[in-house]
Amino acid sequence: MKPQPIALKVLNIVSVLLFLAALGMVFLYAPLEATMNYVQKIFYFHIANAWVGMLGFIAAAVAGVIYLIKHDQKWDIVELAAVEISLVFFLIAIVAGSIWARPSWGAYWTWEPRLTTAAILEMIYIAYLLLRQGIDDPDRRARFSAVYTLVGAISVPITFISIRFFRTIHPVVIGTNSAASQGSFDMTSKMLATMFFALFTFSVIFVNLFWHRIRLGQLAQQVEQLKLEELQ
Amino acid sequence: MIEYATSIRYMLAGYAVILTVLTLYIISLFIRWRNLKRDLHILKEIQNKSV
Repeated sequence: MKPQPIALKVLNIVSVLLFLAALGMVFLYAPLEATMNYVQKIFYFHIANAWVGMLGFIAAAVAGVIYLIKHDQKWDIVELAAVEISLVFFLIAIVAGSIWARPSWGAYWTWEPRLTTAAILEMIYIAYLLLRQGIDDPDRRARFSAVYTLVGAISVPITFISIRFFRTIHPVVIGTNSAASQGSFDMTSKMLATMFFALFTFSVIFVNLFWHRIRLGQLAQQVEQLKLEELQ
Repeated sequence: MIEYATSIRYMLAGYAVILTVLTLYIISLFIRWRNLKRDLHILKEIQNKSV
């Protein structure tokens, strides 16, 4: 396995610096929200994690389509990497959102459309990892996974639009809030700048971790091939 | 309006979760990488001995 390319090393440093800068913007630059005050600061990283989570699930579906066309195992590695990282980011978004919900809504969890669709989305991809492990043949596993991510990706837009089409307690950041929404707030220009900076930062962190996870998948494939050669 | 003390407590809990999960994932990537490197090294040694 080749050592880390310089671009990846640079990306590691850039990711750490951006993360620190995003934390600085959240705590030092963004103003306190009048009603929720400090707990509203969870919003910036909550939305950024949800964004990269959904982005990764879509990326996995794209990798799945490419695998179905080319039948090249490297796209299976890319697809698995995208799903695994997205699961982590989306889990963070769900848990951080629940913690924010407790003082805002009075409950950690409520079965309203956004939270329900988000939980289903997370479970769909946890099932993906579990089902993959049950298939030994690499080609069958990759074909199954590609079709699964393609079908699973349907739940991404459903989760995204759920708060725009249903009467829900979950606030809408960009667009019109439902009449039942609680915890919504007017964004100042500094809040908007912080939100977009957090979105950018987590996008860069996503690319960085994605690259590392793909390299890990390639190394695992190399080890697997050597093991098979030893057995033959 | 949410009380300041309550609000700060939940904010800290939220960021603690974010940092902990991200850190644990990065550690898991590192451990898996290290284990695979070790496996690769052992397999190559076995291969060289059998040749």
